[in-house]
Amino acid sequence: MFHDKAGYFFELFIGGLTKGSIYALIALGYTMVYGIIELINFAHGEIYMIGAFTALITAAALTAFGVTHPLVLVSVSGITAVVYASAYGYTLEKVAYKPLRNAPRLSPLISAIGMSIFLQNFVLLAQTSNYIPFPNLIPPLPFLEPVSHIMGTVDFIILCTTAVIMILLTFLIRKTRIGTAMRATAQDKTMARLLGIDVDRIISFTFITGSALAAVGGVMVGSKMGQINFYIGFIAGIKAFTAAVLGGIGSIPGAVLGGLILGWTESFGTGYLTSDYEDVFAFSLLVLILIFKPSGLLGRNTTPKV
Amino acid sequence: MKFHSRFITPLFVLMILTALMLISCEKSKEETPEKPAETTENQGSSDSHGAPTAAPPEPSDTIKIGVAGAHSGELASYGLPTVNAVNMVVDEINSKGGLNGKKLQVVAEDDVCKPEVATNTATKLVTEKVAAVIGHICSGATKSAIGIYKDANIICISPSATNAELTLSGQYPNFFRTIANDAAQAKLQVDYALHKLHVKKVAILHDKGDYGKGSATLAKQYFEESGLAAIALFEGVTAGAVDYSAIVQKVKQSGAELVVWGGYHPEASRIVKQMRTKKMSTLLMGSDGLKDETFIKTAGEFAEGVYVSGPQDASKNILNIKAINDHKSRFGTEPGAFFINAYSAAMALTNAIAKAESTDFQALSTTLKKESIDTPLGRISFDEHGDVVGSGFSIYQVKNGAFKEIK
Amino acid sequence: MIDTLLKSLRTALWFMFLTFPILAVRIDSLKNAVTVRWPAVIILGAVIFLISVLWHTAGLVKRSWFFRFDGFKQFIQRLPDQDALSPFMIRTTLGAAAVFMISLPFFASSYQTNVMINALLYVMLGLGLNIVVGLAGLLDLGYVAFYAVGAYLYALLNLHLGIGFWIALPMGAALAAFFGILLGIPVLRLKGDYLAIVTLGFGEIIRLILENWDRVFKGPSGISHISRPSLFGIGIMESSVHHAIIYMYYIVVVLVLSTFFFVSRLKHSRIGRALLALKEDEIACQAMGIDKMKTKLTAFALGATWAGMAGVIFAAKTTFINPASFTFMESAIILSIVVIGGMGSIPGVVLGAFFLVLLPEYFRELGDYRMLVFGGAMILVMVFKPRGLLENTKPTVTYVSQQTGPDTP
Repeated sequence: MFHDKAGYFFELFIGGLTKGSIYALIALGYTMVYGIIELINFAHGEIYMIGAFTALITAAALTAFGVTHPLVLVSVSGITAVVYASAYGYTLEKVAYKPLRNAPRLSPLISAIGMSIFLQNFVLLAQTSNYIPFPNLIPPLPFLEPVSHIMGTVDFIILCTTAVIMILLTFLIRKTRIGTAMRATAQDKTMARLLGIDVDRIISFTFITGSALAAVGGVMVGSKMGQINFYIGFIAGIKAFTAAVLGGIGSIPGAVLGGLILGWTESFGTGYLTSDYEDVFAFSLLVLILIFKPSGLLGRNTTPKV
Repeated sequence: MKFHSRFITPLFVLMILTALMLISCEKSKEETPEKPAETTENQGSSDSHGAPTAAPPEPSDTIKIGVAGAHSGELASYGLPTVNAVNMVVDEINSKGGLNGKKLQVVAEDDVCKPEVATNTATKLVTEKVAAVIGHICSGATKSAIGIYKDANIICISPSATNAELTLSGQYPNFFRTIANDAAQAKLQVDYALHKLHVKKVAILHDKGDYGKGSATLAKQYFEESGLAAIALFEGVTAGAVDYSAIVQKVKQSGAELVVWGGYHPEASRIVKQMRTKKMSTLLMGSDGLKDETFIKTAGEFAEGVYVSGPQDASKNILNIKAINDHKSRFGTEPGAFFINAYSAAMALTNAIAKAESTDFQALSTTLKKESIDTPLGRISFDEHGDVVGSGFSIYQVKNGAFKEIK
Repeated sequence: MIDTLLKSLRTALWFMFLTFPILAVRIDSLKNAVTVRWPAVIILGAVIFLISVLWHTAGLVKRSWFFRFDGFKQFIQRLPDQDALSPFMIRTTLGAAAVFMISLPFFASSYQTNVMINALLYVMLGLGLNIVVGLAGLLDLGYVAFYAVGAYLYALLNLHLGIGFWIALPMGAALAAFFGILLGIPVLRLKGDYLAIVTLGFGEIIRLILENWDRVFKGPSGISHISRPSLFGIGIMESSVHHAIIYMYYIVVVLVLSTFFFVSRLKHSRIGRALLALKEDEIACQAMGIDKMKTKLTAFALGATWAGMAGVIFAAKTTFINPASFTFMESAIILSIVVIGGMGSIPGVVLGAFFLVLLPEYFRELGDYRMLVFGGAMILVMVFKPRGLLENTKPTVTYVSQQTGPDTP
């Protein structure tokens, strides 16, 4: 009996871990963009959706041309998705956010919402409103076979990708030249500009990186869900945003921590209480944590200056 | 702030007074031809209070048919196929010279499946003087719109709103549908599960939506009434979530032999996938929201063995084959959800208009109930509540990547 | 010139590249076949090229429409200023507006009237949220929760106790205000986007409870047969939807007018000024003896009050409600009304609401492209008018030289 209970707990734990790492993966891009220009980029979820669609289309085109080698398929469609998502991210920033850099804080938020509606409907009209099956791009790893009922290959790869990306991003921001420039830009744009940092370029770079991460997330989640449609970005976007805030917006490890906590809350909430209120648990936890730590778990506590 | 004190206040009072005056005028004007809301007889032609909406359609050389439903947003995939269906039927009739010497015209309006937008859609269609409406798609939107059509004496045939209350409450004499209501389907599912599959323990899951939760609740009720099976779990999952492992784990823990799913196919395909990868043999049964080729495509091998209830197999029906082939050649794709239901609704409606030789409410309503017509769904007519007769439900099972009817 | 053409060509090619996979490649997953629709991409490229050329050569967009719009804006902004315009002008404008609003149901169809009710309802919601976001500077992404509170309160009271619209209206307002305070107490010490996400969460929690707690709220299938408002206790409007719509219209007009009245008074009241000051500098305000919490709570409660009233009207208007009407997107649209209109500006909110509610309705002609154009329009307005259609004028003092300037107050 005890063993049974422990097993149930463990499987819920693993389930929460994979779910959480999906949230974390998308939240990483969110938090990066937020960290630099303090904009809730509602269109981030749409970039993720476009990444998934591009990968799907590329894979289908390759298959139609007779390319079936799994490694070629996954790498080519993955890279195309990343390239396209980055291009979208770059253009998005140029079109909808850059002209608003000196506008009141809420204006870019609204153009982000507009962009989100626009991109959703663009994909809806150009492709289809139906769910499309997403090909299983990631070949199963043989060594996971014995535990495949607890953690599938895709889950495992998502987990690893999230961890690797978190480490790489932290390194990028802490140790490299461009990372230093990014931090400077985040702190004070005018000062950064005075010090010879090309602020526009840094912001573009951030959007490109963030969008590339979104595409990686899109391909991974697409493979896991086995189907995509034009609306997946919106739902994922809200959860990722929640995860980013929970961990402290702008903090890379915070986004991952936030994602994991969110995943676990939902998993255990469903497992031990009821899935009816899954999201209620998630949001209540968020409210509770923010009441006690008003700038998120790992966010910097800014004291108001006089 | 001299400005406000100077004119806003008097203006404000003036406006209220004028408004009240106008309203009371309206009131006295209206009282004479007033009729109690319950009487449904004689509404057609005798109705004559000055409102432009209630006026009978003016004689003109076109008959307008409204198509309302979600044509954008999250649920667009359920609404757009019905527009195609109605367009196809109408084009075919027009190419043969129209109905009663008049051309048909389709007026498609989006309601995003939201009740508040649906009232706009409905008033818009009423203003456009449509003769009848094919729609709406979602039960919620239908409920908020149907009263407006009722008042304007407009027939409304929904291809997909399955909520039992719409017909069984008897409050909407103008409502018809070409889909069986939730109650009939749930009963069939429960009977099959109890008497053919002999399950003793079921888990009922739904997507928290109008349709999903509605059918799940009915299934739960029938299981409880039978007393033959225990309900191990009755829970809603979040539609569109990235992962369902926790709820699948819970089903596993509960030891249920069968999962009854109330909702659409995207979530179901992921739940069944996750059940199979967790090496569970629990059966899955769903309603017509699952009976969609996309389900088999997205769930792939995992869809095998899933039970689905749906309209009786009409795939051998010549009209059905023709409708689907026409759609393929015209749009280059497979028709989507509720296409056949909308196609049949359009056929039944146009047939009734032709037989009744008018678009008058009472005549249409009687004809719809009286006349049977061959449609892709089979030979159908409507009962006194407006529910479809002649298109029964059967249980299907997915075998070798196709839905096979179980006789 | 060559330079412009090259630039435009580059832009066009870039967008063709961007949209290529999604716009041009159509996959048939049944047959594993891929078709490429070149015409779509080429047309898009050509359109982008043309726009780009026009943009660079004439500065078209910058100068024509929006420029003239500026004049209109100044006109509107000066309205409250007695000296800027003759009283006659103001009276004519307001009078014309009043005549138009009052006579609308007589020349417009019930569809038009119904849409106008919707727009006015959003004006109310916008004005309410404007107190929270525009005046107090608190970003609330869960405003729709209060709207839902009002709507469900009326629906439930009407269902179980048969309570009418006119009694439910103040009750809805009061309950929503109570919820505003309830939410405000724990979360108002949060700042900026942290507050935003908590309010978003609150909105979702309310919606999920409505969806899942069947026994009380009837779940996703919603509550139908909600009574329409009665006139002095007589339910005369039950018989005809058309008359009910007209009656509803006048109720909304009157309520919107009283909202105007209240909000414009509030803006210049003690609390209004305190809110504006708090938005600028919290610490300085506290030093000046403004009770931060109390003021913010007042703003929250006042904002919620209007959402609650709008909710009651909404339930009475549609006669059917379910949780699908109270999603996050709804909050986002209301917020967009406030920002697109011009934060803090009352005529701005009116314009914003008309823009965002009437646009999708009149875009129905565009069919499937409706929402695409809507999203695009939101971006365009923000890009060209970052401060909203009608910028709010803060109480400012400008030094104008005695010789050249107009007479200073």
